[in-house]
Amino acid sequence: MEERFIIELTQSLKNFLPEVSLTVTLSLVILLDLIFGRRFKNIGAFVSLAGLVVTLFFTIKQYGGSYQIFRGMFVVDPYSTFFKFVFLLSAFVIVIFSLQSYELRETSARRRIGEYYFFILSLTLGAFLMAGSVNLIMMYLSLELVSISSYILAGYIKESERSSEASMKYVIYGALSSGLMIYGISLVYGLTGELNIYAINASFLSSGYSPIVLMISLVLILAGFGYKISAVPFHYWTPDVYEGAPITVTAFLSVSSKAAGFAMLVRFLKASFIDRTITLGIEGAWAVIQGLPLTEIVAVLSALTMTVGNIIAIWQNNLKRMLAYSSIAHAGYILMGVVVMQNLGISAMLIYFLAYLFMNLGAFYCVMLVAEKTGSEDIEVYKGLGYRAPFLSIVFTIFLVSLTGIPPTFGFIGKLYLFSALINAKVIWLAVVGVLNSVVSLYYYIRVVRNMFLGDPESGKEPINFSPAHIVVMLILVIPTLLFGVYFTPIVNFAQISVAMFGLR
Amino acid sequence: MQILGIGILTWIVFLPIVAMIFVLLVPKGRETWIKWISVVATGLQVILAAVLLLNYRYDLAGVNTLEGFQFVEKYRWIDVSGVAWFGRIVIDYFLGVDGLSMPMVVLTALISFIGAIASWELPKTKGYYALYLLLDTGMMGVFVALDFFLFYIFWEVMLLPMYFLIGIWGGPRREYAAIKFFIYTLLGSVLMLLVMIGLYFSTSIIDPVTGEKVHTFNMLAMMDPKNYEPGSIFSGLHTTWRYIAYIALFIGFAIKVPIVPFHTWLPDAHVEAPTPISVILAGVLLKMGTYGMLRISFPIFPDGMIKYALPMAILGFINIVYGALAAMAQEDFKKLIAYSSISHMGYVVLGMAALNTQGVTGAIMQMFNHGTITAMLFLIVGVLYDRAHTRGLYEFGGLANQMPKYFGIVIIAFFAALGLPGLSGFISEAFVFLGAFQTYKWIAIFSATGVIITAGYILWTTQRLFFGQLPERWKNLPDINARELVTLVPLAIIVIFLGVYPSPLINLMNTSVNHLVKFVSEMGQAGMQLGILP
Repeated sequence: MEERFIIELTQSLKNFLPEVSLTVTLSLVILLDLIFGRRFKNIGAFVSLAGLVVTLFFTIKQYGGSYQIFRGMFVVDPYSTFFKFVFLLSAFVIVIFSLQSYELRETSARRRIGEYYFFILSLTLGAFLMAGSVNLIMMYLSLELVSISSYILAGYIKESERSSEASMKYVIYGALSSGLMIYGISLVYGLTGELNIYAINASFLSSGYSPIVLMISLVLILAGFGYKISAVPFHYWTPDVYEGAPITVTAFLSVSSKAAGFAMLVRFLKASFIDRTITLGIEGAWAVIQGLPLTEIVAVLSALTMTVGNIIAIWQNNLKRMLAYSSIAHAGYILMGVVVMQNLGISAMLIYFLAYLFMNLGAFYCVMLVAEKTGSEDIEVYKGLGYRAPFLSIVFTIFLVSLTGIPPTFGFIGKLYLFSALINAKVIWLAVVGVLNSVVSLYYYIRVVRNMFLGDPESGKEPINFSPAHIVVMLILVIPTLLFGVYFTPIVNFAQISVAMFGLR
Repeated sequence: MQILGIGILTWIVFLPIVAMIFVLLVPKGRETWIKWISVVATGLQVILAAVLLLNYRYDLAGVNTLEGFQFVEKYRWIDVSGVAWFGRIVIDYFLGVDGLSMPMVVLTALISFIGAIASWELPKTKGYYALYLLLDTGMMGVFVALDFFLFYIFWEVMLLPMYFLIGIWGGPRREYAAIKFFIYTLLGSVLMLLVMIGLYFSTSIIDPVTGEKVHTFNMLAMMDPKNYEPGSIFSGLHTTWRYIAYIALFIGFAIKVPIVPFHTWLPDAHVEAPTPISVILAGVLLKMGTYGMLRISFPIFPDGMIKYALPMAILGFINIVYGALAAMAQEDFKKLIAYSSISHMGYVVLGMAALNTQGVTGAIMQMFNHGTITAMLFLIVGVLYDRAHTRGLYEFGGLANQMPKYFGIVIIAFFAALGLPGLSGFISEAFVFLGAFQTYKWIAIFSATGVIITAGYILWTTQRLFFGQLPERWKNLPDINARELVTLVPLAIIVIFLGVYPSPLINLMNTSVNHLVKFVSEMGQAGMQLGILP
């Protein structure tokens, strides 16, 4: 018995190499920073980058396989691997951002910079686990790992009151929603006696529980997810946290933490509350357990999230806050892909995440550079920027256009696929809400563009120069944004292969 | 037909982009180079358009048959292999022209060239011309694209340059005008996007290479009811979804035309835009709306077209009369021309709604003629504004003696806009009324009042500007200069030539128009005869 267990464990560990290598890296970061931190300030960053590359190598090797490890605690499948790529890519970009960040360089945070990278990596590790866990306890724990890392990161600049306030708010909201979530989990466990989501599903199907009880537990669990992806009405923390946290952290949270939330949400929805005995006749579509208005709930959440996010974003004058509301709106768009309960929707969601990765990180990077040069994130400092920093302004414009979803940018392709999924499933009303929201979003994105090019510079007319390193980072983010806008074959191929989840059609 | 192994339509579309790259590479302080590069590039476009005209075959119809299109280029652009739950995705780079698009291609090349010359004096040259050339590519692309996806991309590519061109180089309220333009047109195009996706999922064709069924954005395939998958959202004829789609597309295009009540962006955009951009906006951009209807709405949704032809005719009538009345009330010269544009586009809408050969021919002719005439009018406003720095009609008077050459040109343009026989405007309006009278007698009769109101405001404007006492402050206004004449005279020649001898233009579109009218009315009626419609 024990021998079999050990064999299983080693087998599992072999398929757990990306996570193992991340864990090793984050331990190395803290150790090497302790030893060499005084002499080499950025050792943490470079160790992290190296570790991320090694992890990427293991992740690539894993791609394509589909199996469960650790006795059904965790699965490795193309779906989770896809998200791992997203997490790795964003962590990599964020570490580079952090190397250039003035906030981390010029405050007391520079003395704790080793730990900073540690938390970036631990958040990534948590996100990895979220993408692959299929056991409710495991899901909850990995969610908490991500959450706790992000609480600390949000408040990383101690002397900034905004930062500390952000962290505090984050903890309180986080505690509330994870409390709700664990209550929902306990209900499910109480009903079925199972924690594995496949087993839960089997139990749901074999013994018909009252839809009301299922409904309550589902809504409670959704609260936890909704908080992570900042869906309305669980979004209240987002603007404050995004505004208060250092920009690098904001950018990271807006991509990685959100993607992890979505990864887990979709796996959970697709695996647990689904009636597998019903075939819808359409390949790659699944039916919800009878009596559960799951599709409707998600559709309403999606419509609310994008509308609220976009409409409030119009009134924001702080760019970080505006991008926070915009990221809420984007969560709404991405939820459109979930609504249809079809592989087409999931693949659209994956495509959108890739687009969102480039354009959103790019937008935050531009805000960071401008804030460094002008000392402010206010929309007013962007007046006349087009003539002081033409390259940055053009690049920023491209990111904003892509966030709006106008061709020929990657953002458009993402939206195209989301709307396609909705129209294919004949959820026309949500598609109409979605496109109208795109028009609304144009107004606030273009406000920035207007200030950059149509306004005259108010403070200082001297040109702003950027170092080659800055320009290279901008190019790395802007080229895919444009290229995949006109040639998206590889992206769609990749996303379509990646919707495959372990044990699910 | 190919030049250096690349199709001629690709050349004509992407030449401006190539020029744009050169413009961006020009070093600081060499503004003249930039201007010449742009003028040469747009000039080459005119030459290419002429080459197209010379090689154009007048007996081919196009519209819904691939064989009927000319200078066709079709290459695979996106090809995503299928998976178990979703078929292959194929998008073609598909260009071609027929009688509907050929006049527009010529018009676009011509107006872009003239606009490039008219932009000579504007500041911030590099940015201006780069955006201008990008806009040019978008416009040309819209008129030659035969794949809906490609069409949409070109359609949207225009938005951002236009926003900047109005917003940076415009008048005092430019920011407001630019954002209004952007939001209105984006609203229109997202509706179009939804219909496009719906059509994509509804149509499928057999891929000739592999023999498998694939969904397609090919417009020609969307026009054939046989390609619609049973049970899909747009299958059948005269279904509710098809009507909704037709209306959504109609609104999308109507915003661009603009058809009342979607017109409010136009006076703002026109008044604030710099002269050459007004010229482009009125000369080419407005035509995209009506072209879109002819190219996409009518042949793809013939049932919707037939069903809503009467409301469309009424909208055309409202446009004509409302635009003319509003123009009458303006004190700002440019605003007056802007409203006259709305009025004149009404004729296009009325002619299309008539859905007979005369009406549609008149509509396309009016698109072309309005393009040249309004371009002249806006250039004329620009000439006066550059000298006097005001456009208030009541501030002028007696300019006929002060600026005699200018007066001569203005009179040609004004009388063409008014519809005087012997000038091109008359021919197209006459055709529109000929067509409309057969289908909607009373609407045509009421619309004719628009001609009278037009005569009213044009003559009144002539009086206010040119006759009476010359105010003291305008005693030193110089007459029109050579560069301005270069932009105006070619247009004047075209206006007079087509007024006396319109056959070249009519012949160009005749076969296609006949085919379109026959196809749309037969298809549209088909559903009714089958008893699908109550």
